[in-house]
Amino acid sequence: MPKAAGPAANDKTASIEDIIEGLGGVGYIASRRIATAIFIAQNLNKPILVEGSAGVGKTELAISTAQWLGLPLIRMQCYEGLDESKALYEWKYGKQLLYTQLLKDKMGDTLAGADGLDEAMERLHGFGDLFFSESFLEPRPLLKALRQENGAVLLIDEIDKSDEEFEAFLLEVLSAFQVSIPEIGTIKATVPPIVFLTSNNVREMGDALKRRCLHLFIPLPDAKLEQRIVAARVPGVEDKLKRQLVSFVQMLREQDLKKLPSISETIDWARVLMLLHVDSLDVDLVRDTLNVLLKFEQDIDGVRREIPEIVRKASQA
Amino acid sequence: MQTQLEQFLTALRGMEVHVSPAEAIDAHRTVATIGYGDRTLLKDALCAALAKTADEVRRFDDCFDMFFSRDEFHDRSAGRDLEDLPEVELPLAQLLLSGTTSELAQAMEQAAVAAGASNIRYATQRGLLTRRILDQMGLRDLEALIGELKKGTDAPTATLAGRLEEGRTYLFEEARQYINRQFELYARAAGEQLREEFLRKTGLFALQQRDFDRMRKIVRRMARRLATRYDRRRKHTKRGVLDVRRTLRRSMAHDGIPFDTVWKQTKIERPKIVVICDVSQSVAAAAQFLLLFLYSLNEVIATLRAFAFSSHLVEVSDLLEDHPVERAIPAIMEKIGFRSTDYGRSLADFDEEFMDSVDRKTTIIILGDGRSNNSDPRIDLMRRLHDRSKSVIWLNPEPETFWGTGDSEMLRYRTFCHIARTCSTIEDLERIIDDVLKSYY
Repeated sequence: MPKAAGPAANDKTASIEDIIEGLGGVGYIASRRIATAIFIAQNLNKPILVEGSAGVGKTELAISTAQWLGLPLIRMQCYEGLDESKALYEWKYGKQLLYTQLLKDKMGDTLAGADGLDEAMERLHGFGDLFFSESFLEPRPLLKALRQENGAVLLIDEIDKSDEEFEAFLLEVLSAFQVSIPEIGTIKATVPPIVFLTSNNVREMGDALKRRCLHLFIPLPDAKLEQRIVAARVPGVEDKLKRQLVSFVQMLREQDLKKLPSISETIDWARVLMLLHVDSLDVDLVRDTLNVLLKFEQDIDGVRREIPEIVRKASQA
Repeated sequence: MQTQLEQFLTALRGMEVHVSPAEAIDAHRTVATIGYGDRTLLKDALCAALAKTADEVRRFDDCFDMFFSRDEFHDRSAGRDLEDLPEVELPLAQLLLSGTTSELAQAMEQAAVAAGASNIRYATQRGLLTRRILDQMGLRDLEALIGELKKGTDAPTATLAGRLEEGRTYLFEEARQYINRQFELYARAAGEQLREEFLRKTGLFALQQRDFDRMRKIVRRMARRLATRYDRRRKHTKRGVLDVRRTLRRSMAHDGIPFDTVWKQTKIERPKIVVICDVSQSVAAAAQFLLLFLYSLNEVIATLRAFAFSSHLVEVSDLLEDHPVERAIPAIMEKIGFRSTDYGRSLADFDEEFMDSVDRKTTIIILGDGRSNNSDPRIDLMRRLHDRSKSVIWLNPEPETFWGTGDSEMLRYRTFCHIARTCSTIEDLERIIDDVLKSYY
């Protein structure tokens, strides 16, 4: 069993409260469930599979964790067609080519004075075999994360966008924190990285992958939590405006919408309202800035009529 | 405590939360790290380690709450003044007279483990297991004691006997509820599985309306299984054959050295499937389920065209596409169902409007009994279908011995089918569709 992540990380993740506080310090308001997941992940050395609809702060969680722990963040964006040469490692073909050229030139010197083919072969074997060695290895994100001296935060973003075959490559990395390279051997992590995988549920993940991960589902936040998040992310927002806009968004989420506004949209909207120097919501303003919250024309059309009513209710909050 | 965690895992499996041995080990390690002290922490931590989808999280929460709800023992006014009552030796009697509810609960839990209550599978076992728990707790001795006390004449003894009888009734009730909870935890899923197993093997004609929801689940799962199996195969590439032309072209960037090799790939065509489903009176009982299957198939195969017919034929692809299953099926039945069948007319309709779309890549599946009410079966059209398509598969809910009897034209149609088979259960259906899809890959 590899030992837990670096000493710095260990101190900071000693208890759930420490984690909540630490993440709060870098502006990420974590619920208890989130903090518990990180705590368990640290203790069991397991990756966390984070699910939830777009914009609830899945990627942000990894970024904030890296920032809080002072570890480098290594990010790998998944997409269809991603393969091991882009995720794990690649050989530096150009340098290998140069090396063979170099070898050709030197060959004459090395083999000069050799009697017959046998001795020439003997000398050739004595030559260090550099062609497939670590110096010609181009590390890609996964390998890079394993080779960080002090540990790292590895974010594998939108894993559901990758192909099923790619999941299989990940299994070795995620369960044993090692990479097997046929030509060289196995490279093991000095300090296992903290791994976050995020998924938008475009497709169901394989059981093998799921079994190796802890599962964390981040739901849309309730009003209280959302207010705290807005306060942390948009410093300087008026208390009254904050309450109104959060309650407006909360009510908007009860409508039949194609894409419900999530936390990132709330934060964007709060920023927009700040820029406009608004101190309370009114109907025209909401109408003009609704495109920040809703990203589909149908959704905007659909709620347009409801806006005065929702604004009225929200102003009472 | 370890046994308790194991039991909890068993209960989780009962609720269809998948817990593998590896995850069980995780659970134990989790508990070892955080301990049992803080219940919310325990719940959150175990949830992260065990539940792997949003759906499983919900079931996990339910199960956790139910499993650790030991406090559900009903309070009772125990511990009333006992000074003036005579001493009793029997531990159970003492417990009933002066014990707290949690002491009682603990005693019952121990007895339940000894009686093997968590092995419960069927509702009919409840009575027996309740009895066993009570026996383990020493009910026989208690009853003997009560009998003994009743013979006594003085007032305190009589009160004591009364108290103990009260206690016994209470105990009965709690044991019964305890077993009910165990049944909910461990057996519900097993019963559900049994029922599904049964439904898969029941003939389509014998299925009841009340099974519709369950069938929907089964059929959907089956369709999904088929879909994933063939989706995966679609991407299969043929390894080992070098595409020389493209490799040479790519090697130009590397001074003619072929670093980037290109391999030939086999392209696999998407299945093109046309399903024609009989929804007339004679197959009315089975039609719903055939449509249900059609609906699920439509969800997983993108290029499916669906038709339904009785007296004539209509395309129902859009209906299946746009509506949820609860509405799509009645809508189709209303539109076209329950009339008397006319195979000839329906084939003619198909020929007129849709024959163009049938080519050498198309598989045609016909679901029907081939009973055409003595109208012209239009065998010529059937021949044309046969000649144009990749294959024609006829699935008949009737057993083969009935084919050709009465107004059944099945034997004549059969000549022009690549495959004609009896398909009377959902299981048959899955096997046949599997064969069809196989032919594409």
